[in-house]
Amino acid sequence: MLSFELSEEQQMIRDTVGAFAREQIRPAARPADEAGEIPPALVEQAWQLGLVQGPIPEALGGNGDTRLALTGAIVAEELAWGDLAIAAHVLAPRLLAFPVLALGTDEQRERHLRRFAGREFVPATAALMEPRWDFDPMAMSTVARRDGAGFVLDGSKCLVPLAAESETLLVWAAAENHDRVEGFLLPRTSTGLSVGERERNMGLKGLATYEVALDGCRVGAEARLGGGGADFARALDQSRIALAAMGVGVAHAAFDYARDYAKERKAFGVPIATKQAVAFMLADMAIEIDAARLLVWEAAWRLDRGEDARKESYLARNYVAAIALKVTDNAVQVLGGHGYIREHPVEMWLRNARGLSTFEGLATV
Amino acid sequence: MIDFELEPQTQKRIALYHTVAEQMMRPISREYDEREHEKPWDFLNAMWAASTAPGGDPMGGGDAQGGARLRNVYTVATTEELCWGDAGLFLSIPNAGLGGAAVMAAGTPQQKQRFLAPFREGKPKWGAMAITEPGCGSDSAAVTTTATRDGDHWVINGNKIFCTSGWMAAEKSEGFVVVWATVDKSAGRAGIKPFVVEHGTPGMSVVRLEKKLGIRVSDTAAIVFDNCRVPADHLLGTAEVRREGGFKDVMATFDATRPIVAAMAIGVGRAALDFVRDFLAEQQVEIRYGLSPRRLSAVERDFMEMEVQLKAARLLTWRAAWMLDRGLRNSLEASMAKAKAGLAVTLITQKAVELLGPLGYSRRYLVEKWMRDAKINDIFEGTQQINMIIVGRRILEYSSKELN
Repeated sequence: MLSFELSEEQQMIRDTVGAFAREQIRPAARPADEAGEIPPALVEQAWQLGLVQGPIPEALGGNGDTRLALTGAIVAEELAWGDLAIAAHVLAPRLLAFPVLALGTDEQRERHLRRFAGREFVPATAALMEPRWDFDPMAMSTVARRDGAGFVLDGSKCLVPLAAESETLLVWAAAENHDRVEGFLLPRTSTGLSVGERERNMGLKGLATYEVALDGCRVGAEARLGGGGADFARALDQSRIALAAMGVGVAHAAFDYARDYAKERKAFGVPIATKQAVAFMLADMAIEIDAARLLVWEAAWRLDRGEDARKESYLARNYVAAIALKVTDNAVQVLGGHGYIREHPVEMWLRNARGLSTFEGLATV
Repeated sequence: MIDFELEPQTQKRIALYHTVAEQMMRPISREYDEREHEKPWDFLNAMWAASTAPGGDPMGGGDAQGGARLRNVYTVATTEELCWGDAGLFLSIPNAGLGGAAVMAAGTPQQKQRFLAPFREGKPKWGAMAITEPGCGSDSAAVTTTATRDGDHWVINGNKIFCTSGWMAAEKSEGFVVVWATVDKSAGRAGIKPFVVEHGTPGMSVVRLEKKLGIRVSDTAAIVFDNCRVPADHLLGTAEVRREGGFKDVMATFDATRPIVAAMAIGVGRAALDFVRDFLAEQQVEIRYGLSPRRLSAVERDFMEMEVQLKAARLLTWRAAWMLDRGLRNSLEASMAKAKAGLAVTLITQKAVELLGPLGYSRRYLVEKWMRDAKINDIFEGTQQINMIIVGRRILEYSSKELN
C-alpha cells in the first residue's frame, strides 16, 4: 500500500548519519576543499558508522545487514548534505566491496571482503569513467581481450577516487566484442596498471581522484568478477541511485543555506525572503528537491523489490543532475556577491553539483 | 515502509476507469470540444447511474471507493485516469463537485445530510462553487458579493464568474451553488461565508457561458445574484463573524482539492505522453534509456524530459493525497503538487504539439486539444503563482502579511 513513511530503522539511520554530517562533516567541508585533503580522523570516525561493513556477512567479519538501495539512498543523501567530497571518500570502499559482495565468486568474496571488517578505514575503489568528452558506460573504450585463460586490459580511466591509496581496484571494462561490461579485481601494483598524478577538478576538491592507465595489463581468470556474467547494468543502476541521492543532499544543503540567508539578509529595509522574486526561487528549489528525492526513492524501491530499475534510476539521476545544478546555482544567486566568494559554501556546492550529470560510478548504494 | 504500489482495490478501479476513458470518453472527446456548450447526455447519464448504484463511487456519488483505505490517494489516481480520457468530460460528470466539498468542509451534520443526500439518487445533478468575481480571483478575500440578513433569510447580491458547472447546478438540474459572500465587509476574511443557493432560487441567474481555450464541454458560468433570498439555515456552519475559522475552514478544502486538480493535469499530460510514445514507436524512433545524454537524439531527450517531469508531478501529488489520508497537515505538499503539476503539464503538452510538427497542430489528432485542456490546471484552484506563494510562506515560516 502506498506509503511515504520511512521505517523506524531507516529514520534512526537518517537521524544518526544526518547528525554526523551536520556536526562532523560540514565543519570540515570548506577546509577540505581549500586544502585538497580530508582529515584522517574524520574518515576514521565515519568508518565507525559501519557504512561499508554493514551488508558484509558476519562470517566475513561484517554486520550481515540486508543491503537495501533505499537505505543506501538515505545514507548517501545525508552524507552529501554534509559534503559531497567527504561523502564520496568515506563511501569509496563500497565501490569494490559491494559489487564483490553481490556479484563475486565465493573465492573473491573470501579474498576481498574480510579486509573491511577491521576497526580502521581501508581505502578501496572502482574505476569506471574514462577521459573522453563523450564517455558512456554503455560504450566503454577500456577493453578486456581474452588471452589464454586470462585477459589483457587496455584503456584509460579517470575520476577514480583513492586510486593511489587503494591496495585493490575493481576495473570495469568492455568485453572485446563490446556486448557487455565486466569487472576485474586488480592489485594496484599490477604490471601494466599505472595510477597517474592526482587530478585537479572543478569540485570535489577534497577527494583524491586519479587517472588510471591500463596498458597491456594481464590478469588471470580469477580476477574477473563473478567469473563472468556479472550484472553490470544493475551495478550501474545502484551507482546512479547513489549519485542521485547525493545530488539531493547537496541541493538540500544549498536550499537550507539560501533560505536561512534570505531570511536574515535585508535589502530595502526588509529581509530579501519577503520579496516574491526570491521567495519564488526558494519555493521552486524546495519543490524540485522533494520531487527529486521521491524519484530516487522510487527507483531504489524497485531495485529492492528485485524489479528492473534501469529506466527509473536513469531518469532519476538525470532529473537530480538538472535540479541540483539549478538549486545550487540559485543558492549562489540568492547570496548575491557574497555567494561568489569562497567563504559561504554555496559556490562550492555549485562546483560539486555541476559534475552530477557527468559522474558515473563514484558511489553506490 | 516506503511503498509506491497502490492498493489492489485502487488498481482495479483504475483499470475500470481506463476502460471508461478509452471507450466512453475518447470517442466523443473531439465532438464535444467542437460543440462546446452541448452536453453529452449518454455519457453523463451512464456515469450518474454507475455512481448512484450500490457500491458507487464518489467520483459520481456514493461512498465506496472500491473499499480502498487510502481514499484521497484513490481519488487522485482515478481522477488521473478519467482525465487521461478527457478532462472536460471529467469536470462535467454529475456530482456535488466543489459545492459538495464546501458543504463537507463547513456544513453542520444536518446540512451535510440535507444537501448531499440527494446526490445518491434520482436524476443527475450538479453542485458548484461560486467564488471568483470580475474584480477578484486570486484575491478571494476581496469578494464584494454581499449577504444581508432579513428576518429568516439572507439576501444575496453580487456577480460571480468562472463557476464550473454553474449552469448545470443552478438551472439544468436539481443541484445547488455554494456562493461566497460577505456578511460584514469591515471584518475582512472573517466576514466571508458560504451560502447554499438551490437550483431555481429566484434572483440567481446564469447570464453567460464562457467560450474557453479548453475543457470546452465543461460549462463555465457567469451568475448574477440580484436580491436572491435563501433561508437562514442555508448558511453553511455558523453566521458568527470569527477571527478564526469560517473562511479558513473553506480554504482548507483546497488542501484536498489541489491534489485532485494536480491529478487532472497529470491525466492530460499522460494522454499526450502516451500518444507521443506510441507515435514514435510507430515511426520506429527508439527511446534509449541508460545512454549518456550526449548520445541521445533531441527527440529522445525531449521525450525523457516530459516523462520524468510527469513522474515527478505524480509522486508529489500522491504524497499530498497520502498525507491527507494519514491525517497529516498537507498544505505545503498540496501546493507543491499543484504548482509542479500545473507547470509541468503545461510544458509537457506544449512539447507534445511541438514534437509532432504539423500533425501536432492539426485538429485531426487530440494532441492540440490536450495542450488547450492542460493550461487551465495552472490557473484554477489556485494559480501557479499563488501556490508558489503558499509554498514560499511555509518553507520560510512567513505569514500572509510577511510574504504576499
